[in-house]
Amino acid sequence: MPVRITGTGSYVPDRIITNEDLEKLVETSDSWIRERTGIRTRRITDRGVTDMAVRAAKRAMEQAGLLPERLGLIIVGTSTGDCLFPSTACQVQAALGASNAVCFDLSAACSGFLFSLNTAAAYLEAGLYRSALVIGADALSKAVDWTDRSTCILFGDGAGAAVLQRTEADEGCPGSPAEGIGPFLMGSDGSRGECLICSGGPLRGPETPEASWDYMSMNGREVFRFAVKTVPEVLEAVLEKAGLKAEDIKYFVLHQANERIIQSVAKRMNQSLWKFPMNLSRYGNTSGASIPILLDELNRRGKLERGSRLVLAGFGAGLTWGATVVVW
Amino acid sequence: MLEKMKELIANQLNAEAEDITEATSFKDDLGADSLDLFELVMALEEEYGVEIPSEDLEKLKTVGAVMEYLKDKGVEA
Repeated sequence: MPVRITGTGSYVPDRIITNEDLEKLVETSDSWIRERTGIRTRRITDRGVTDMAVRAAKRAMEQAGLLPERLGLIIVGTSTGDCLFPSTACQVQAALGASNAVCFDLSAACSGFLFSLNTAAAYLEAGLYRSALVIGADALSKAVDWTDRSTCILFGDGAGAAVLQRTEADEGCPGSPAEGIGPFLMGSDGSRGECLICSGGPLRGPETPEASWDYMSMNGREVFRFAVKTVPEVLEAVLEKAGLKAEDIKYFVLHQANERIIQSVAKRMNQSLWKFPMNLSRYGNTSGASIPILLDELNRRGKLERGSRLVLAGFGAGLTWGATVVVW
Repeated sequence: MLEKMKELIANQLNAEAEDITEATSFKDDLGADSLDLFELVMALEEEYGVEIPSEDLEKLKTVGAVMEYLKDKGVEA
C-alpha cells in the first residue's frame, strides 16, 4: 500500500519585514538583496514555533479529513523549537489532541522537513503506523544576528505540514511508476558543518550565571557552492533510483534558500525554470518550513493532480541534504 | 587556453564569447556579481581540476588574471 500525502497545510506570521525595513537596520539595499537572493519580504513570528506548527498542522489535518486521535506519529523537523524540551512535536500533540500519537522532533536544519518526511514514510511503509503528521517549522529570526547583513536579509519564519497515510493503490494505472512517496535519498557531511552554524547557548555552571549567546554564522561562499554542486547530484541520483528522467518531473520543489541557487540547479539539470516553483520572494528562507509551505501553496492552487510527479529536495546545515520522489 | 576560457565564461555569465579578451573584467565589463563569480570559479575548478580557495578569489578580477593563476597551478596552456 503506497504512502500518500493526503493533506497539506501551512502558516506564515502576519508581521512582514521588507527589504526597505532592513535598509534602516544594516547597510544594504532592496536592489542588492533582490539581485543576489530574490527575496523581497519575510515574516517574523511573535508567538513562536509551536504556534505556527499547530496552525499549519490543523490545516493539513482538515484537508486530510483525519481525526487527531487517529494519528500514529507526529514528527516536527525544526532546529529552533520554543523549548529544548518538551519537543515541539509533543506540544503540537497536546494542541491537537492527538492522544494516540508518538511524537518527536528531528533536527536537520533546512533539510528537516525532508528528513522527517522520509522517516515517517519509512515507518508507515514498515507497517508500524498507519498515519503520520509531518511538520517543518522554524523561526530563524531568533537565531539571526540582526546587525549582520550577510545573514539577516536571508531568513524568515513559518511552518508547513503534511499528513501521510497508507492508502489503496490506484487501479487502472498499469506501468506507472510507484505511487506515493519514494524512493528517497539522504546524505550528510558533518566534516563541513562549520560553514553554517548557530550555537545552542553557552556551557554553563554555577560560576557562569550570565553568559552571552552566539548567533548564526555562515560562510556564504561554501554554503552556496555546496548547494549548487550537491543538489543536482542528489536529484539525478534519486531520479535514477526511481527509474525516471528529469523530463518526467512536473515540479522540483526545492528548499527555498536563494533564487540564484535554484536558477543554478535548473541550469545544471537542463530543465526549464518553470519546473522550479518559488515563493522565497515573499517569505525568505524559512528553513525546515520552506518545502512544506511551497508544497501546500502548489496544492491549494490546484497545481497538483493525481499522478503528478514531484521531486522534493532539501539542503542545509549539518551539512545535510536529501531528495524524495513523490507521485501525488 | 583563451578559447576554452572564453567559451566557459560566455556560458557561465551569459556573455558573447567574441567580446571576451584577456583584459575583460568580470565585474566591470561583464556585470558579474559575487554569486556569478562563485559559480564561475566552480566551473573553472570542475573544468581544470584545480581547487581555488576563497582567499584567492580577490586576485581573479580579469580573464588574464585567471589564466595566469591557472598556469601557476600547473594547468597546461
